[in-house]
Amino acid sequence: MSLLEVNKLSVSFHTRNGVQQAVKNLDFRVDSGEILGIVGESGSGKSVSCYSLLGLIPCPPGRIDSGCGLFKGQDLLAMSEAELRAVRGNQIAMIFQDPMTSLNPFLRVGEQLIEPLVYHRGHTRAEATERAQELLDEVGIRDPKRSFFSYPHEFSGGMRQRVMIASALIAEPELLIADEPTTALDVTVQAQILQLISELQNRRNLAVVFISHDLAVVKDLADRVVVMKQGECVESGPGKAMFAQPQHPYTQDLYAATPQGAKAVESSCSEDILLEVNELRTVFPGNGGAAQPPLVAVDDASFVVYRGEILGLVGESGSGKSTLGRSILNLVQSQSGSVRFEGSEIRGLPANEMRPLRKQLQMIFQDPYASLNPRMTIYDCLAEPLLFHKVASAANVQQQVLTLMDEVGLDRRFVRKYPHEFSGGQRQRIAIARALASEPEFIVADEPVSALDVTIQKQILELLLNLVERRNLTMLFISHDLAVVRYLCDRVLVMQHGKLLESGATESVWQSPAHPYTQKLLASAVTL
Amino acid sequence: MSRFIVIRLLQAIPVLFVVITVTFFLVRQAPGGPFDADKPVIPAVKRALEAKYNLDQPLWQQYTSYLGDLLQGDMGPSFKYPGWAVQDLIASGFPVTAELGLYALLIALFIGVLAGVIAALKPNTLQDYLPMSAAMIGICMPTFLLGPLLVLIFGIWLDWVPVSGWGDLPGDKILPSITLGAAYAAYIARLSRSGMLEVMSQDYIRTARAKGLPESVVVAKHALRGALIPVVAFLGPAFAGLLSGSFVVETIFQIPGLGRFYVQAAFNRDYTMILGTTIFLSTLIVLFNLLSDLLANWMNPRLRQKIGGKA
Repeated sequence: MSLLEVNKLSVSFHTRNGVQQAVKNLDFRVDSGEILGIVGESGSGKSVSCYSLLGLIPCPPGRIDSGCGLFKGQDLLAMSEAELRAVRGNQIAMIFQDPMTSLNPFLRVGEQLIEPLVYHRGHTRAEATERAQELLDEVGIRDPKRSFFSYPHEFSGGMRQRVMIASALIAEPELLIADEPTTALDVTVQAQILQLISELQNRRNLAVVFISHDLAVVKDLADRVVVMKQGECVESGPGKAMFAQPQHPYTQDLYAATPQGAKAVESSCSEDILLEVNELRTVFPGNGGAAQPPLVAVDDASFVVYRGEILGLVGESGSGKSTLGRSILNLVQSQSGSVRFEGSEIRGLPANEMRPLRKQLQMIFQDPYASLNPRMTIYDCLAEPLLFHKVASAANVQQQVLTLMDEVGLDRRFVRKYPHEFSGGQRQRIAIARALASEPEFIVADEPVSALDVTIQKQILELLLNLVERRNLTMLFISHDLAVVRYLCDRVLVMQHGKLLESGATESVWQSPAHPYTQKLLASAVTL
Repeated sequence: MSRFIVIRLLQAIPVLFVVITVTFFLVRQAPGGPFDADKPVIPAVKRALEAKYNLDQPLWQQYTSYLGDLLQGDMGPSFKYPGWAVQDLIASGFPVTAELGLYALLIALFIGVLAGVIAALKPNTLQDYLPMSAAMIGICMPTFLLGPLLVLIFGIWLDWVPVSGWGDLPGDKILPSITLGAAYAAYIARLSRSGMLEVMSQDYIRTARAKGLPESVVVAKHALRGALIPVVAFLGPAFAGLLSGSFVVETIFQIPGLGRFYVQAAFNRDYTMILGTTIFLSTLIVLFNLLSDLLANWMNPRLRQKIGGKA
């Protein structure tokens, strides 16, 4: 008998906008000591299916329409709230995507760790404290005695996820549900957490349900894999075999959309320098105290961008790559150094002198949900730069807006719609069209695809490649995703703690990374 | 922490200075003076009185000498209560007003937080609509209507509690405290409801539920502290408002508090009394705002360390 056997599970959400079928007739099972990977894009129902088993979706609007979830022979879906509560955190534990928000910021880490033991096992606080400190040590937290009394904000993201794992495992559950546990983490930290989960799973003979959007992560970890699309399981089977030969077209699409390998076309990169950055330095002032010292976000960065190339800027979160991009465009004030665009100095230009240059220097932001004004239609959003930079006249602006929409692959019918009526991928197309409207020469793209699903990401990457080619654009492409950078960029810069460590042609850096940090970064990356 | 407090106290100095200056010149602009009563005073007597209180000097001279006295802790003599200094009048009335304000605040907190949390646990159901409608009524109903209503129902018809007085009969403090606290209870209910709703949708509440904690623990231990931070931050302005806004209640229930002195002083053009009470209340408002900010920051571990010992 399997540890967990889910049969014909259907879950729907009943809202004012109608009924949304989140999970349809889903079957899967997990045996003891096995890792089951559930893969799918956002909205595929992978999280909802697991949450609904444990009564963690809000009902209403959620409703479990049918099915059963047999855990050690007992149906979780038929249990009362009290019976279910005795299973949650006790026999089935969970860890979540974002360790920054999943720990209570108002309670000490230790207090949150011992809760399952105190409430489920009736341990005294002293016993639970001792066990918790052992476990903190086991998940690799330094100085567990002191950490026990710390607050979550005193830890980094990776450390918080270790704390989450410790709090999930403290009651020694038989099943761990891990919902995108490494998605919010940097690649080197992701590698450590994946290794930790796999070690703990081995040592404790734990069953794990590993939910992820990332095929590459699941491929290395999972014994068996379920691929979900729009609430349904489209394919399932042993991990290795399935990845060797994906059967269902959707799995094949997912597989094909995951960026892998080198850039396909050799770009026609010139020797003509478009932008030259010299010893650029950006410092954020602290509050004067020792708790918040000044932060050197960009530490004397020097590089050149050749006309027509896509230059990748790679680094982990906090490395200063976004600040560097913004400092170049004078969106963040830099302290010293120089930025020369087509030979003339643009650093520190006052706003009125910068304004005509903005036509040539544009930016695409990470989050298409936050960077578009929710009260402007696409028409307004695109017409504004067209008119402001006098690319279009009042007479032909409508035509120009429609042409731009064609160019980024948006249907002309949508011209009067508002951003919230679009999906993430469509919104990023709007953001790209907005950046292109003023016919710029140089674009800083700050993580433009990291908020998108992999199939959408693929389309946007294709679009960017296409546009760069067609319009002879030059692009600084900022990303934490190594596979994407390799797929897209001609040359690459590697950044850590505000410093540029290494630069070179993408493939030569990949083949023989010179700096130890680059080596570590490339070794941490999980690939298909 | 001490650095933060010192900075805030230093910031209060210009605020108080502006309050003093503006009040000083504004009350002098009001028509009439302290000795223009219904019955006209003989000009010679009026001149003598004005000379006694230095009202015959140029305005700026009065202003500088008032500032000088104030720095030494002297708020001047009251014009209407001969023989009384303003600070003594404040000292006699303030304890009553402070006690009334404190009870009103405790009632407001208890009812407000309870109603807000109950409403937030089942949003958009009857359990939400009932307390929130009551809160809306509480906010809309003016004190001068609620006070007499409560007196009519509980004092006269039901005859449970005395209808006026303060500390003379058992139970006579109940109605004034409820009357004064009602509007604040309503506002606190709305604040705690929205705070609670926001916290209950946080990821860490899901984590707490995933641990299998009873819902009561999830609410009381994991949610309440974060949800109450906006309420705590509101306590400073609320207490200040209770103190300075108590005159209606004090009048309705015949309570010998500061609020009545304040209003009478305005009618009487009792310049020193108006100024003294205004300065006293402004200082309290500044202090209570600082206190509630400190408390709200202390409740958030992250801010506690930023402004606290490690800085």
